[in-house]
Amino acid sequence: MIETTPAATGATVEPVGLLIDATRCIGCQECVRACKAEHGLPEPIGPDLNSTTYTVVVKRAGQYSRRLCMHCIDPTCVSVCPVAALRKQPGGQVTYDADACMGCRYCVFACPFNVPRYEWDKPRPVVAKSDLCVSRTSRGHQTACSWVCPMGATVSGPRSRMLAEARERIRLNPERYVDHVYGETEAGGTSVLILSGVPFDTAGYPRDVSQRPLPETTWRVLEKLPYVVLNGGIFLGGLAWIIHRRMVFQRHPELLDDLPPKGEKP
Amino acid sequence: MTRAHLAQLARDALRYPGRLALAMVLAWGVCVTVWRFHSGLGAVTHLSDGMPWGLWIGFDVLCGVALAAGGFSVMALVHLFGLTRLRPIVPATVLTAFLGYILVSVGLLYDLGKPYNMWHVFIMHNPRSVMFEVAWCVILYTTVLAIEFSGLVVERLHWRRAVAFLGRLTVPAVLAGVLLSTLHQSSLGTLFLIVPGKLYKLWYSPYLPLMFFFSALAVGFAMVIFESYLSAFVFGRSLEREILVDLARILLVTVVFYLGIKLEDLYARDAIGALFEARPETYCFWLELALLAVPAALLAFERVRWSQDATFLCATMVVLGVVINRLNVSLVGTYAASGSAYWPSFQELSVSVFLVTAGVLAFGLAVRFLGIFDAHAESAVPAEHDACRECV
Repeated sequence: MIETTPAATGATVEPVGLLIDATRCIGCQECVRACKAEHGLPEPIGPDLNSTTYTVVVKRAGQYSRRLCMHCIDPTCVSVCPVAALRKQPGGQVTYDADACMGCRYCVFACPFNVPRYEWDKPRPVVAKSDLCVSRTSRGHQTACSWVCPMGATVSGPRSRMLAEARERIRLNPERYVDHVYGETEAGGTSVLILSGVPFDTAGYPRDVSQRPLPETTWRVLEKLPYVVLNGGIFLGGLAWIIHRRMVFQRHPELLDDLPPKGEKP
Repeated sequence: MTRAHLAQLARDALRYPGRLALAMVLAWGVCVTVWRFHSGLGAVTHLSDGMPWGLWIGFDVLCGVALAAGGFSVMALVHLFGLTRLRPIVPATVLTAFLGYILVSVGLLYDLGKPYNMWHVFIMHNPRSVMFEVAWCVILYTTVLAIEFSGLVVERLHWRRAVAFLGRLTVPAVLAGVLLSTLHQSSLGTLFLIVPGKLYKLWYSPYLPLMFFFSALAVGFAMVIFESYLSAFVFGRSLEREILVDLARILLVTVVFYLGIKLEDLYARDAIGALFEARPETYCFWLELALLAVPAALLAFERVRWSQDATFLCATMVVLGVVINRLNVSLVGTYAASGSAYWPSFQELSVSVFLVTAGVLAFGLAVRFLGIFDAHAESAVPAEHDACRECV
């Protein structure tokens, strides 16, 4: 498999992570506004993610749930994009290059978290999703959303530290949290980690997400194709050669006389 | 234009209602085309972030590619396996496949958000992407079909040197065509392996690539029968009866084989129970199964295979069965998980009808001017035969 994880690309930066603690969120929408300001997006906040809203905070089951791109460790969208417009950066961010995109929307279709949004009303549409503030985080700064959060409900830092912090919070306050860090293993692991006080599906996060990286499902088939071509080509070509040869002899038995007789060495 | 001209035009239109309808479909298609490229996908389609793929992917692309599969299977039987009996159907299948792939490419232009970036697949590579692999295979296979199709054209024009040259290319081109088709026909199924959480369990299977491949194989043969029968009506030209009986036999075997894998797969995945749950998906799946099982059962009788009408009916059912399968996988199967509402808009349907109409028109013109159903086997044999002598 072609590895795009930081370890494989030889990057020395520790991939960045985001820890969202839904039990701390007060629904002030500061992160949503900061996100819009950071990416130059127009003000109206949609009820759900849309082409001008990369993150939303919505009240679900008595708790504020925040949604944004999960920045998978082995992202489905990156693997499906035919023109590599979506890329996994060494710092962990999943970024999108609108100029490369040809608009097939396979990323929108394939994302296990249903995150990417499309500009359906534009004649030159692009895909919209969080870039984990790549211009900030690639220089070691915090994301805009974690920078402004007054409650510390969203914090950013190296993913390994965020994961340790999440586990520690559950250990210290087991009655406050569901005993699961959403994003630790979902889709093979994501850079965004979420803690919740209510079950994750009632909090509005997709359940039944595969615990393995999804690109494996298609790569399992794709990696065999060179052998299909090679073996199939040799087999069919050989078969065609044998059949054609026999047909020629059938039509022109006199050609058989030119061959060395059976049992004799030429 | 004078009033008399207009009156004449109106009288003609009333006298030929078929042509009037055709002209209206084409004119409306052009309008929707302008509309779509001027105002974007949202203006003419019911697509949404929950259902980002609709009728244009499900029908124009998935069905288009599958229905054009006869191009590789018939060519393989004739040129690789030496079933020269089937030679008379080569022109019709090559034409169908070539037109089919052109229509798929045009359909993609409508569906892609930024079709003017389509050429990016040449310079931007992602070998992990199924879509990337499909794009390359379709481009290369369309080239192969263009070579095979130009062989037909030069034959009609009696350009002897071009015929000889293309005759030499035939076997390598057919071999390449079979390999490329195997890859992308199956890969259209692989596309859906990435959504285990979204595609309903009756269709999501690790064997989707094999099922797409074998259903394409079956429907390719069904399309040849289907077209030959209709051409007999419209153009008064058709294939010989013996060939159609041969095709009916091949169709029977491929359909039974495909049905077999489909049911084995359900059993292996422990999904047989899903066949009896009262859900819309179940009915759609049964419809798909019935449209394969009924023709297979009928074709098992020799009387049916020798009746042109019955064979045509069976072929039509197989075509519908595979069309329903592609729509099931791409639309019905992902509908529940999408959480959105989708029903193709009138404009989406118009574009699909427009493309099919254009394809049928082009097929008709080619039948008329290229003599697609005429017996012509003699002219191709010498070139082929010389090539054979060399390989002895």
